[in-house]
Amino acid sequence: MKWGSLLRQLGIAVVAFVLVAACGGSSSGSGSSACSESTAKTATSASACGGMDALIAAAKAEGQLNVIALPPDWANYGELISSFTAKYGITINSANPNGSSQDEVNAFDGTSNAPDVVDVGQAVALANTAKFTPYQVSTWNDIPAGAKEPTGLWFNDYGGYMGIGYDSTKVPGGAINAVSDLLGSGFKNKVALAGDPTKSNQGLNGVIMAAVANGGSLDDVSKGVAFFKQLKQAGNYVPVVGTASTVKLGQTPVLFEWDYLSKSHGADVSSWKIFVPSNAIIGGYYSQAINKAAPHPAAARLWEEYLYSDAGQNLWLKGGARPVRMAAMTTAGTVNQTYAAALPAVNGTPQVPSGDQTSKASAYVVANWTAAVS
Amino acid sequence: MRRLSLSWLGALPFFVYVGLFLLLPTAIIVVGSFTAPGGGFTLANFSGIDKPFMVRAFTTSLSVSAVSAVAGAVLGAILAYAVVTGRPDGMLRRTIMSASGVLAQFGGVALAFAFIATISTVGFVYIFLQQHGIDIYPKGVWLYEPPGVTLIYLYFQIPLMLLVFLPALDGIKPQWREATQSLGGTTWHYWRYVAGPLLAPAFLGCTLLLFANAFSAYATIAALLTNGGPYVPLQIQALLTSESEQTQPGLAQGLAFAMIVIVVIVMTLYALLQRRTSRWLQ
Repeated sequence: MKWGSLLRQLGIAVVAFVLVAACGGSSSGSGSSACSESTAKTATSASACGGMDALIAAAKAEGQLNVIALPPDWANYGELISSFTAKYGITINSANPNGSSQDEVNAFDGTSNAPDVVDVGQAVALANTAKFTPYQVSTWNDIPAGAKEPTGLWFNDYGGYMGIGYDSTKVPGGAINAVSDLLGSGFKNKVALAGDPTKSNQGLNGVIMAAVANGGSLDDVSKGVAFFKQLKQAGNYVPVVGTASTVKLGQTPVLFEWDYLSKSHGADVSSWKIFVPSNAIIGGYYSQAINKAAPHPAAARLWEEYLYSDAGQNLWLKGGARPVRMAAMTTAGTVNQTYAAALPAVNGTPQVPSGDQTSKASAYVVANWTAAVS
Repeated sequence: MRRLSLSWLGALPFFVYVGLFLLLPTAIIVVGSFTAPGGGFTLANFSGIDKPFMVRAFTTSLSVSAVSAVAGAVLGAILAYAVVTGRPDGMLRRTIMSASGVLAQFGGVALAFAFIATISTVGFVYIFLQQHGIDIYPKGVWLYEPPGVTLIYLYFQIPLMLLVFLPALDGIKPQWREATQSLGGTTWHYWRYVAGPLLAPAFLGCTLLLFANAFSAYATIAALLTNGGPYVPLQIQALLTSESEQTQPGLAQGLAFAMIVIVVIVMTLYALLQRRTSRWLQ
């Protein structure tokens, strides 16, 4: 009730604001009116702040940008950060690189050290819209309608598909061709998840993928829980969270995880391969959002413009993640062909669980997981 | 008078420590478990504690604690008896005592790692046995199951039993045995009517202590079962750290309160048994 009315008020505020901003934009005309800190703070697009050049000038004047929970080896963020700094001369302060999505929002403390922008999972984005400010990048129309909040409170940035990474020297026949293969006796003590599905989004999506592959759907995750119960009964399930170290050690030679994260295990295990089942392509995206009280409002907006430019999108692609504008860029021919060709092969139609479906799946898994696998 | 006030001063750091790190957190949990999110008294934090998977967490935690306590008590008592029958200042006693002092505190990540490195599917003992045709996991890896957790807990339960039970055994005077014999009693009579009844309260009390020790253990299972498991401390962890909208800090406090109640009951019984023990064995 409280939330509903709050959101409604927020919605009204946003609509009113967009109208005001639009009027302001037209009245000030095409002049490169200065994009000051106060106007940048509420600008919902680059043009609302006097256009790209004015935004760049304002961002340069701020000189700094605070980001959080961006590991340099995650989706190529290291290169994105260094190339942004090289291009605009803006220093990026990268805090707590290994933090979680929840940690990012928890760091909104109103100080000058608070993150300007966040890169968060769907659940955290939806739960914290009151802390974000709407912004629409200039490539806004390339982002599919289901992948953004209509006003720009959050918008998907990159994602991937749930895959089964495996050491091809440790599985029968050297390849996995179906999810049901994992029930075979050759997989004893080998199959793991990359997170506890009762609390980790990645773990949960692994179970959703198993559900869809076994006749379930995004709305019916029970078949996925049943599948892991069968795995457990066959003695194939390993109750250890798969990480770079467990893969290197050989403790989790078959691992359900996001394909773009699984890719990195190839550095430790040269025979590492990734299988994405054609009958269960589960997509998951992260989202960008701007802190309503960003200490560097212009730099925050410029960073988003950079991430959603062709250059930024191709850098994510280089890291094995699928940028949200990939379809549009493929049509336009601006996607980097080399990086695109290096992605794991996927044949079929991807399905992306909605926030609602994820919540329901999570509630079912929490209630039934323990009984199934222990 | 002056001596009294000085001795109080000496104990002050201890009481401050206990107050800050035991009593205060306990009070926070007790109050928090009955407080609604917006303030005010509520019992809502306990709704959900009766769900099947929560009940399962309690039964597993309780049974693993009970089995590891009883097994640890029996094996530890036998070891303690072997030690006490040796020379009081002998090498054996000193070695076992100091080893137990260290091993009784050996837990958490280090202990979990020790077992993973030896008998998990990537452990060198497992691989060695496998190469010689012995598969210790014919039906799945029981190391991650209650039997495995019990085995791991025994690693610190047995030394702890030795440490807490040895003083009771030391209190048994050889003269009592001689008296039994001079009155025509056999070894059976001695254990049945003299030493047994004297040691029983101490033995039961130590078993309860071991139970509480295992029941409250968190770090070892958290490090072993990184993907969660049917244990109350792990369920509390999941309720607090979930990133998929399943965080329930209220229920977590409710579970913690239930654990405190169980530990308080066990420790009260332990204290009562200790009092009875001290009547004879001081």
